[in-house]
Amino acid sequence: MTTTLAAGPSTRRRRISTITWRVLTYVALALIMAPAAWLLISVLAHAVPHWQWNVLWTTLTPSGGGLRDQILGTLILMLGVFIVAGSIGVLAGIHLAELARPRKRSGKASGGPLRTASDILAGFPSIVLGYVGYTALVVGLHWGFSLLPAVIILSIMVIPYIAKTTETALRQVPTGYREGAEALGMSMGYGLRKVVLKSALPGIVTGLLLALAIACGETAPLIYTAGFSPTLPHSLTHAQFPYLTYVVFQYYNAPETQYHYLAFDAALILVVIVLLLLVASRIIVSRTQRHSESARGTLRQRRPRPAGPPEPDLTLPRR
Amino acid sequence: MTAVGGVAGRLPATPQAESIGKPPLPKRAAAFFRNNEEHAWRWSARVAVVLPLAALVFAVTVLALKAWPAIRVNGWYFLYGRNWTEGSGYGAVVHTDGVAHPMGSQYGALAILWGTLASSLIAIVIALPLSIGAAFALTERLPGWISRPLGLAIEILAGIPSVVIGLWGILTFGPWLAHNVYPIIADHAPNVPVLRYFRNPVGGGEGLLSAGIVLSLMIVPIITSTTRDLFLQVPPLPKEGASALGMTDWEVANKVTLPWVRSGIIGATVLGLGRALGETIAIVMIGGAALRIPINIYQPFTTVAATILTQLDGAFTDGTGFAVATLAELALVLAVISVGVNLAARVIITRTNRIGAPVGGA
Repeated sequence: MTTTLAAGPSTRRRRISTITWRVLTYVALALIMAPAAWLLISVLAHAVPHWQWNVLWTTLTPSGGGLRDQILGTLILMLGVFIVAGSIGVLAGIHLAELARPRKRSGKASGGPLRTASDILAGFPSIVLGYVGYTALVVGLHWGFSLLPAVIILSIMVIPYIAKTTETALRQVPTGYREGAEALGMSMGYGLRKVVLKSALPGIVTGLLLALAIACGETAPLIYTAGFSPTLPHSLTHAQFPYLTYVVFQYYNAPETQYHYLAFDAALILVVIVLLLLVASRIIVSRTQRHSESARGTLRQRRPRPAGPPEPDLTLPRR
Repeated sequence: MTAVGGVAGRLPATPQAESIGKPPLPKRAAAFFRNNEEHAWRWSARVAVVLPLAALVFAVTVLALKAWPAIRVNGWYFLYGRNWTEGSGYGAVVHTDGVAHPMGSQYGALAILWGTLASSLIAIVIALPLSIGAAFALTERLPGWISRPLGLAIEILAGIPSVVIGLWGILTFGPWLAHNVYPIIADHAPNVPVLRYFRNPVGGGEGLLSAGIVLSLMIVPIITSTTRDLFLQVPPLPKEGASALGMTDWEVANKVTLPWVRSGIIGATVLGLGRALGETIAIVMIGGAALRIPINIYQPFTTVAATILTQLDGAFTDGTGFAVATLAELALVLAVISVGVNLAARVIITRTNRIGAPVGGA
């Protein structure tokens, strides 16, 4: 009988260890995927049997009603975060990627303490930020539970994330683009606006969308800053503000059954909003990938990759 | 060409002269913007990049100021004490070190701190091996047409609001665990140290283990996606070389790939830990909010973040404001822990990178 040496593991122990390893990796994947699928199915299974479309356009009443103002409230919060955190976060990312002078010794981009502060803020517990917002803004500035402190606190939460994604997107813009802009005599600001930011825009928008997904799913800091009300108020301060996550959190164990249905509906609407944001960001990413693949033949200078093991990205989405 | 607007005998005003003399306002504004655009970018970006640091300093300062009376009165008892009582709201107001607080109020947060660390530890112990295994399956074994949608599913899991995960945990997953999984573990756990905590009673699904498992589901996306990206960055040559030497899948993973990305995985894990420590809503829903150290792993418990949320309403009833100050002290402790964890991750990463001879699995 002939045996081929290259056939694979030669000893029993090695064969067993390899098969065990393979099986365990698949089991691990299944153990992650099964609860994830179950979670989504469970949200659907709770909401769909009692789903009524008028939830989307009727207001919350003591006997049940709909969630129109809560949905609008969540969207308004997202809009506020988009304006406040979007502008500040993108500018901070521009500073970290383009404007800060590189450090002399390591050659790495500078902004050491600022970057560290941003990363620490990204890992800061949201409830602590909520408490600070409550103490400083709601009570300290006498704003009361309202929209303005909620937007400010949510923005502080997601600014580090937007700054990080913006910086990453800007760093992927080839150096040749900047050099080309300068060689054509563009001023620094004009070149930044028309060339660099334009080509980094898809990455920046993706980061913004994911930051909005984080913001719309947040509950704990909002309870401390926005309060809750059944209907939309007409002022930025001194009026409690409605949003969806509170409905899920408070109504699922309310005494009345119609409130349970509202909690399930709110959970479904939240998941749909998050899915829409994720799908939008995916579409943007895949489109730009196609675009950049066609441009691969052009001048493309890559920054030299640092030697040694890769460092992980320490700023990741969180709620 | 006739001069437009020119009077005979006089030279028409040249456009250049006109624009030098008195340009219209929009043009001047545009020129001003053009000349100062760089400054505008630089200064606005400078202000924006300082804001996170300012927010961080502001947050810690506010917490410290607010918590100071509570820190003075509660003292070290806050860290080792087990008794958490607000005191009598109708009784006399006592002054300790000049700080007013209700009579009989005593705040020892040992159970709360214990619950925070225990639930986060359970989450990490479950999430880390699952994440590494799943990342391996996604990058090394499965073809792209399967692994890409699965990677997307993990991203979706990362985006699901924690309140929705909490809802599923308390209505569906927790009861299922309590009926189908916990009894099996509890009936077979021997009465020896550590494993003793897995014995009966299992309760109804609200408790430490349920919360730990749900937390692990929330940090799995963080660790998996980071680990997956790290695996993709491992250069193929060492792996192919190891395979060519006759190493098995397991040996390549154990001796080449994992050592290469070790520091990154540690960083991602600590990041997940930070996330688990700060999670609020899901713990409030699934943890059961009991202010004591649970007798076994299935019993209700609480964490720092959950306590800050659940005790707020009660704290308002304390007319002296001492309960609110104590919550600020809790928030400060949580902030210190999370900042410490984050900095530790940084130190670990730079350390291991400096020492790291990445290949070779010593």
